[in-house]
Amino acid sequence: MEFLQYLSPATQFVLFSALKIFAVFGVVMTAVAYAVLVERKVSAWIQNRVGPNRTAPFFINYLPVIGPFLVRLGIFQPMADGLKFLLKEDFTPNYVRKVYFWIAPAITVIPALMTVAVIPFGSTLGTEKMVIADLNVGILYTFGIVSLGVYGIVLAGYGSNSKYPFLGSIRSSAQMISYEIAMGMSVIPIFLLAGSLNLGDIIRYQAEHGWMILKQPVAFVIFLIAAFAETNRLPFDLPESESELVGGYHTEYSSMKFALFFLGEYANMIASSAMMVTLFCGGWTLPFVTALSTPSSSILIGLLHIGVFFAKMALFMILFIWVRWMLPRFRYDQLMDIGWRRFIPAALINIVVTALVVAFLHD
Amino acid sequence: MPQFTDILFFGLAGLVLLFGLLTVANPFSRNPVTSAMFLVLTIVSLAGLYVLLHAFFLAAIQVLVYAGAVMVLFLFVIMLLDLKEEEHRRLKSGILAVGSLAVVAFVGILLTTLLKAKPTASAVAGRLVEGDTVKLGTLLFENWLLPFEILSVLLLVAMVGVILLTKKDLK
Repeated sequence: MEFLQYLSPATQFVLFSALKIFAVFGVVMTAVAYAVLVERKVSAWIQNRVGPNRTAPFFINYLPVIGPFLVRLGIFQPMADGLKFLLKEDFTPNYVRKVYFWIAPAITVIPALMTVAVIPFGSTLGTEKMVIADLNVGILYTFGIVSLGVYGIVLAGYGSNSKYPFLGSIRSSAQMISYEIAMGMSVIPIFLLAGSLNLGDIIRYQAEHGWMILKQPVAFVIFLIAAFAETNRLPFDLPESESELVGGYHTEYSSMKFALFFLGEYANMIASSAMMVTLFCGGWTLPFVTALSTPSSSILIGLLHIGVFFAKMALFMILFIWVRWMLPRFRYDQLMDIGWRRFIPAALINIVVTALVVAFLHD
Repeated sequence: MPQFTDILFFGLAGLVLLFGLLTVANPFSRNPVTSAMFLVLTIVSLAGLYVLLHAFFLAAIQVLVYAGAVMVLFLFVIMLLDLKEEEHRRLKSGILAVGSLAVVAFVGILLTTLLKAKPTASAVAGRLVEGDTVKLGTLLFENWLLPFEILSVLLLVAMVGVILLTKKDLK
């Protein structure tokens, strides 16, 4: 690492940022692939089935005991799935609006991947902060980018130029806008308490004063449920509800374009899990362990922090998956009713109460 | 050698103008959805210009409110309308004249204000808010409280008006 000292600060910044971007991108992509596997396995267990347990590359026969075990867990299934998506015929119906049909999947994936940029997934590794962009308005950036994600789905429905995708995309735009309001309002009390919009500051506050999930349970519940609606996951997956709209906005899509929508959904799940860990569950810190709740220059502790963050994130991912297979779908009017007439007033009351408490008790 | 920020500024400003032009006069398509999408791109590039001015808060709000919410609703409405008629409509000379007059008047107001204010580099540097929400909030609620409140009441009136209009039978 000697040569680093001879580089200018600007070059160092570019180098480290590029490294972090590649690492986070790689991790998110791998996590998406294995989240799909976990989804299939968990759904299988919930429904008393076995799940994917056959995919075995040729070299697995040379590994005694552990090989068959990995095969039974389905560890190699994501590779087969990915290959399948690549090799399938990419069919474009002749009645679609070509340009929108082509760019919609990309517009779905890009915002989903961009949101992770401001999330502090660890304290420091060496002297380098473990966040790609340490913005002062971090959370607003995330909400801004998330709000762009709806274009992918809307354009997919418009570009497909057929009934079911169109209905799906109309539903999704109404749903995502409604729940964005509740989601945005639910986090305001957190900033009132922490006194900063920077996600790193919020984690620091939680390390000193306890997790937000205990201080702001109402905000957490609203955020969690709004996150289900924003990621179009059951019980709020009305944009693609397969029993009434065939496949919703991605009905006309096949092969890699369909895979991109799939990828976008899981990347969104990962991003919202990461947001919940950061905002409500202390980020990379653990309570009662001083070494794990303060930034440290030691590489080992730095890695441990990243591990803690990923463990918490994985728990939220499993919650997402678990809920999907346990709850039935809401009706559309019910969905709108909870969003507008329950969550928004609840979030507003929460803001007022927190503001009063902060104004009168904290000073 | 020009500064990196200068290159970014001219690049983004060019993009804003290009996307703005494509929003109103796209030679390749008269599709309103395409226009709306170019308007989104214009808004996002404008947010980029705000970032260059270190107004991160403004940039984030620009993307969040205009690109993420207002334009989605625009798109929503456009997609639900019957657009066959609109696509065949041509410009009328009267509308064109009124439109150009409005543009000239607006540019005039903007230029006179700019010339009167004489923004020098030092004056601007003193006022930089740097995307700090605390400073922004203090300014908003101490120096400009009345205009801010009037604006909010205006928005409330608009909201009540819309709800009134959507009610079919008024009692």
